[in-house]
Amino acid sequence: MSGRRIRQRAPWQLVALGSIGAAVFVLPLVGLITRTPWSRLGELVASDVVVDALKLSLLTSVLAAFISLLLGVPLAWVLARINFPGRHIVRAIVTLPMVLPPVVGGAALLFALGRRGVIGEPINDATGFLLPFSVWGVVVANVFVAMPFLVVTVEGALRNLDGRHEAAAATLGASRLTVFRRITLPMISPSLRAGLVLAWARALGEFGATVTFAGNLQGRTQTLPLAVFVALEQDRDTAVAISLVLVAVSLAVLLLLRDRWWSHGSTS
Amino acid sequence: MVAWVNVMSSAGMTGLDTHLVVERPDGFVLDLAITIAPGETLALLGPNGAGKSTTVEALAGLTPLDGGHIVLTNRVLDRPATNIFVPPEERGIGVVFQDYLLFDHLSVLENVMFGPVSLGEAKPQARQLAEDLLERLGIRALGDRKPLHLSGGQAQRVALARALASKPDLLLLDEALAALDVTTRGTLRRVLAQHLAAFAGPRLLITHDPTDAFLLADRIAIVEDGRLTQVGSAEDIRRRPATPYVAALAGTNLLAGVNRGGVLTLDDHHHGLQTADTSVEGPVLITVHPTAIALHKQQPSGSPRNTWETTVASVEPLGDTTRITLANPLPLGVDITPGATAALDLQPGSAVWASVKATEISVAPAAARDS
Amino acid sequence: MRNGVATLAAFTIVLLLSSCSGGDDRETVLVMAASSLTDAFIEIETAFEAANPEIDVQLNLAGSASLLEQIVQGAPADVFASANASTMQAVVDAGAANTSTPFAGNTLQIAVPLGNPANVSDIADLADPDLLVGLCGEQVPCGQFARQALDQAGVVASIDTNEGDVRALVTKLEAGELDAGIVYATDVIASPEIEGIALPANIDVAITYPIAVLTDSPNPDLARTFFDFVLSARGQALLADAGFIAP
Repeated sequence: MSGRRIRQRAPWQLVALGSIGAAVFVLPLVGLITRTPWSRLGELVASDVVVDALKLSLLTSVLAAFISLLLGVPLAWVLARINFPGRHIVRAIVTLPMVLPPVVGGAALLFALGRRGVIGEPINDATGFLLPFSVWGVVVANVFVAMPFLVVTVEGALRNLDGRHEAAAATLGASRLTVFRRITLPMISPSLRAGLVLAWARALGEFGATVTFAGNLQGRTQTLPLAVFVALEQDRDTAVAISLVLVAVSLAVLLLLRDRWWSHGSTS
Repeated sequence: MVAWVNVMSSAGMTGLDTHLVVERPDGFVLDLAITIAPGETLALLGPNGAGKSTTVEALAGLTPLDGGHIVLTNRVLDRPATNIFVPPEERGIGVVFQDYLLFDHLSVLENVMFGPVSLGEAKPQARQLAEDLLERLGIRALGDRKPLHLSGGQAQRVALARALASKPDLLLLDEALAALDVTTRGTLRRVLAQHLAAFAGPRLLITHDPTDAFLLADRIAIVEDGRLTQVGSAEDIRRRPATPYVAALAGTNLLAGVNRGGVLTLDDHHHGLQTADTSVEGPVLITVHPTAIALHKQQPSGSPRNTWETTVASVEPLGDTTRITLANPLPLGVDITPGATAALDLQPGSAVWASVKATEISVAPAAARDS
Repeated sequence: MRNGVATLAAFTIVLLLSSCSGGDDRETVLVMAASSLTDAFIEIETAFEAANPEIDVQLNLAGSASLLEQIVQGAPADVFASANASTMQAVVDAGAANTSTPFAGNTLQIAVPLGNPANVSDIADLADPDLLVGLCGEQVPCGQFARQALDQAGVVASIDTNEGDVRALVTKLEAGELDAGIVYATDVIASPEIEGIALPANIDVAITYPIAVLTDSPNPDLARTFFDFVLSARGQALLADAGFIAP
């Protein structure tokens, strides 16, 4: 009741600016929808190129999100909890992909993991394994741009976590790993989920690092954003149709997860 | 009941022997030696900032010692001189924290099971142990609830059950009653007294409230500015306070009597009192804090039973306050400001009216301290 | 903190204002040019501005298809130089240009990293699945031309990536991440880190670069001046230096 009253008395300045803010996101969507070739949509969306790209995008973005979770949570924990020299520098480097143009990120990945890369060359010499121009290259590019979102979210949660519950768990006989698994992780679970969703969304929309590092080949490395880019120069209707698929998939997932994950428990 | 016997037998015979030396980065130094025998309750009583929290952290292994030692049931837990430091999870020290620190994402039962499961107990056995403990503490019905839906008193009992479930060698209660409101405190103090008595190992009660210390502990250790200033029985402390702080809290009035539905009949005095705490019937120990008693020139309004006319036996300055001792029918100590003393023109022999609220009179079972 | 934010905001506003009002009083001619023309047109811009100090040339270099999109969407451009005839035709069809003139030609070469680590010798090697082969995407002229060449040679290339434009393809070849690709001869000349292998003589892919003054040009006179400069002997010499052939 009081919540509703407060909302009704919201200052109009906030409402006005907020509305403009919302328009920044709503208008392009409207633009996309007005340009959609509805009569040909089914046919365009069912084409090989789109179906291949959609499958690849879902596979690589989900994979990238979970790899980000697997590696990003421990990294966030180290950054939040261990006071080692150079921690600020490491944190800055970790968040670098958030500001770096993705194309630059992709080039950097090539220099590191490519066939002539710092690490890539010895790996390739020893095993013949090559990341660029492969599905794994797409996943690596996605992880590179997506994981910082998870790390930043989770690190913030870990910093805000009052360590006393973890201390209490230790006094009960729980090993440090048990404490992390059964106390720390559940306590930050709203942030974990938010970080996972952010990372997934970023991976799904990833273009620049992928095209630079993993190349562009239908069925192997051509994700939805790459397909949009190619189509934009060929056939705008196809480009708009693919974009709509991308928007629909992300909206569906975000709305679904919001109901399931964010509506309750977000205060803990 | 069987599980309970296990919990008791897990405590060793030699108790706790510790000399804690901790130098905090802010310059504060904790330096105190405590021993507690199995089955003994020691209250560590001190003002805020005296080093009580540091003591808890040092014992629990959350802060390493800079000197001294912690030996529990013949096991060295921390001794910097020989480079021994046992991490918290291997210490066997059960802690009931000030705000309980229950795990909100786990049910009450899972909270209690957490310790045994972490220590490698199989799930069914852990569950059995947890259910027995909850039963014992009278909260079995709460097993499926989440901690957020518990009252303060219920949460305290869950915290106690959780600490006991790991079968600790030492039970450490950190301001276990501080988070509760005045009316439930009396009841819970009684419950706590029972369960402390049922734990066979040494028990350490950290508190800033003399009432808790007087009613629950066998011995009281006073800590001020990181050092022990006095150790003794409640009687010793009250009779021979060693410092102004001890003197101020030693003034806490302790009476024996019988409670019948809130009506208190005192053993040694021909005067009755009314308490709001009706949870303890029969023989009780009664405490009244000296600042809870008001003095008036004329008869005040209010409950006639907790208002009586008396004379001043003595007036002595005590730091920032003045200690007035009343004559019969109730020889109670009263702390008021020097200003009020002057305004009431109080001198030995002055006639005054005294009054105290029924909610300010705490009772505990008289048997509690005999355990 | 608060002061820091305020300072940053003020700094940003100052920057914005100065970038809006900044610059000189010269008139501007906006030239949209295919990305394969990058090096040649930068030379031409320098020479043109030296000859016409009152005119400031701004180059917008991108894939021909992107440029087409921008022009059709009404970008305020004056001149368009395309890497193929079909894109220029689309501009004419859209009514954005009346007519166009060929100003340069180009040839294709197989490009390999310096030293040719994969020992590529012939266009047929591009069918080897063990090699990492990149082409330009079909949506851009260099990709279309490359496919024409492969068709004529009867080779089905084992493609590992379709790059968005020829610069991206050259970059990956330079880095050694690809073993071979088909690029313009001009790209091989421009880059010291790749080497070219000529296509068989029987392969004939006509690559003609047309240039046009756009109908919606804000400065048709300046546009014409630039257009003429590209076709002049001086312009043609600069194009030849970059490896372009006569149209």
